[in-house]
Amino acid sequence: MVLANALNNSKKQRQPLLQVENLTKVFGSGKHEVVAVEDVSFEIYPGEIISLLGESGSGKTTTARMILRLSQPTRGRILFNGRDIQTMKGIDYWRQVQAIFQDPFSSFNSFYSVHSFLSKAFRLKGNHVSKAQQRALMEESMEKVGLNAEELLFKRPHELSGGQRQRLMIARALLISPELLIADEPTSMIDASSRVGILNMLMELSRDLGMSIMFITHDIGLAYYTSDRLLIMNKGRIVERGPSVEVVENPTNEYTRRLLADVPTLSKKWAL
Amino acid sequence: MKNLLEAQNLKAYYRLVGGTQIKAVDGVTLELRPNEVLGIAGESGCGKSTLAAVVSLTHNPPLNVVDGQVTANGFDLLTLPKEEARREIKGKYISVVPQGAMNALNPTTRIQSFAIDMLREHHPEMTKQEAINLARARLQELSLPERVLTSYPHELSGGMRQRTVIVLSTLLNPRVLIADEPTSALDVSSQKAVIRLLMTLLDEQIISSIAFITHELPLLRQVADRIAIMYAGKLVEVGTMEEIIFQPQHPYTRALMGSMLVPERQVRERRVEGIPGVPPDLKDPPAGCRFHPRCAQRIDWCTQEEPPSKTVGDRTIWCWLMH
Repeated sequence: MVLANALNNSKKQRQPLLQVENLTKVFGSGKHEVVAVEDVSFEIYPGEIISLLGESGSGKTTTARMILRLSQPTRGRILFNGRDIQTMKGIDYWRQVQAIFQDPFSSFNSFYSVHSFLSKAFRLKGNHVSKAQQRALMEESMEKVGLNAEELLFKRPHELSGGQRQRLMIARALLISPELLIADEPTSMIDASSRVGILNMLMELSRDLGMSIMFITHDIGLAYYTSDRLLIMNKGRIVERGPSVEVVENPTNEYTRRLLADVPTLSKKWAL
Repeated sequence: MKNLLEAQNLKAYYRLVGGTQIKAVDGVTLELRPNEVLGIAGESGCGKSTLAAVVSLTHNPPLNVVDGQVTANGFDLLTLPKEEARREIKGKYISVVPQGAMNALNPTTRIQSFAIDMLREHHPEMTKQEAINLARARLQELSLPERVLTSYPHELSGGMRQRTVIVLSTLLNPRVLIADEPTSALDVSSQKAVIRLLMTLLDEQIISSIAFITHELPLLRQVADRIAIMYAGKLVEVGTMEEIIFQPQHPYTRALMGSMLVPERQVRERRVEGIPGVPPDLKDPPAGCRFHPRCAQRIDWCTQEEPPSKTVGDRTIWCWLMH
C-alpha cells in the first residue's frame, strides 16, 4: 500500500518507461475482420508492477505480443523510454524488455542442459563475456530465483519440476537484466504452494532491481496480490483502470463488477 | 442412510517398464454420503484424479489396483465382471466427467449422437428419436438451449460444451457424479454457470451426490459440504467445508489454505507464503508422514512412522501432532 502511494506520488515527476498509445490490432479483413485490441492506451512507470487482467479472448495476450514486438500493431504506437519501438533494433529492444510465458514445459529445448540454455542469453548481451564470468553470472541469477546452481546447472529440462522451470525462465530473463518483464500467465501451470513463492520472488526482484513487471493474467487473486495498478480488459478494450485496491473494492465498470462477483472468495458464499 | 460409494484402503499404482511402481493412491479410505458435495483437493500429482478414475471404473493399465475395495450400490466394484459393471454401474449409478471432457467430444458428429450412443447402451430398445427427445426434455428442464443437440462441438463455447457434457452424462439419473476439474479451463463466468448447473442437478434430485475434484479451494468453499485433502497419494485431512477452510489443522492443509490468493483485503495486507520444496517422487515416497520433508512442525516421529488417523466428529486427520 505504501509502495503504491509512493509510486503514485512519484509518477507525476517520472517519465514512463513504456507508453502504449491508441494501440489497435485487427486480424483478417472484410467480413472476417476481428478487432482483437481496440484503441488501448496505458503507461508503465519504472519499478511499477501492473496487471493486464482479462478473460480469454479479451485481447490481453495480443497486447502483450505487440509490446514484445512479436506482432505488428494495426494502428497506434508503443514508446519505450520515449522511443518508438518499431524504430529500434530488435536486439536493443529485447535487451531491455524480456518475457516469461505460461507453459514452462514447452519453453525449453529438451536436448539442452540448464547451462547451455542460460548461456544462450549471453548472445543478447552486446559485449563479450568470458566463460568464467558467464558461469559466475549464471550462478548469481539462479541464486536470485532460489535455484541451487551446483545441483541443477547440468541437468536437463525433464529433470526439473514445473516450478523449477519457471524459475529458470526468470533466471534467464534476469541475466539480461531487463527494465521491463512481461509475465504472461507465469504461474497458471504451477501448483498453489509453489506459485506464491514465485510471485513473492518476482515482487522482491522488482523492488530490489527496480525492474517493472507487467502481468498478463486472468487471475484476479494474483493481480490483486502483486500489482500496484490493474487494467481490466474486455473485448479488446480497457474498461477500467486504477490502483488494485480501488478497482477490487470499488469497481465502477459493469463488466468489472460482474467479473469480481464471479470469482470465488473465502469470505462470501455465492447465492446460486 | 447408506453411503453411495466407499473406498476401503484403496491402493492404485502405475506400473512402469522395468517393474517400478508409482504409488499414486496409497491406502485411501473415503466415503461419499447421500446428498452431499464432497470436494477432493490437492496439488497436481497428489493422486486425486487417479482416485477418481478407480472409483468410476475408468482406470486402465498401466494403472492397477493392488489392494483395497470399492463398494457402491451393494456391489464390490473391483471384482464385478466388466459387462455387469457397464450395465449396472457406469452411467447408471456412477457417472464421470473426466478432466478435459469438453474437449473429448467427437468433432465430426453432432452432440445428439453422443446422447443416442449413451442412452442406447443402457436401453437398446430405445429408438434414436426417443433418445433425442429425452435429451431435449432434459435440456429444457435445465434451461439450456435445445440447439446444442444439433450443433457440432466447435460451434459451442467451452462453458457450453462443458455444461452439455454434464447434462448428457447425467441423463440416466445416476446417484453419483464424479467431476474431475470440471471448471479448470473456463473463465470465471462460465465456471459459475457450470457450478449453478451442478447445484440444479442436485436440487432436482437428478443426481444425489457429487465428488468434486479440484485444486481450487476457494471454489470448494462455495460448493462443498465436506472436503478431503490429499497429499502424495494419501489423505491428510477430511472434514466439513467449514472445518477445512476456516479451521484447518493438518500442517499441509494450513499451508495450502495460506497460499491461496483470493481478491480480498487480508491477502493484500500480509505476505502470503508458499510451501518450500516440492511434493515427493511417488516411486519412492519418504518414510513416515509423506509431508514431513516440507513440514515446518515435524517432530521425530514424523520421519519414522506413518501417522495413524484420528477422528473427532466429522473431521479425520492423519498427523502425529494430533496424537
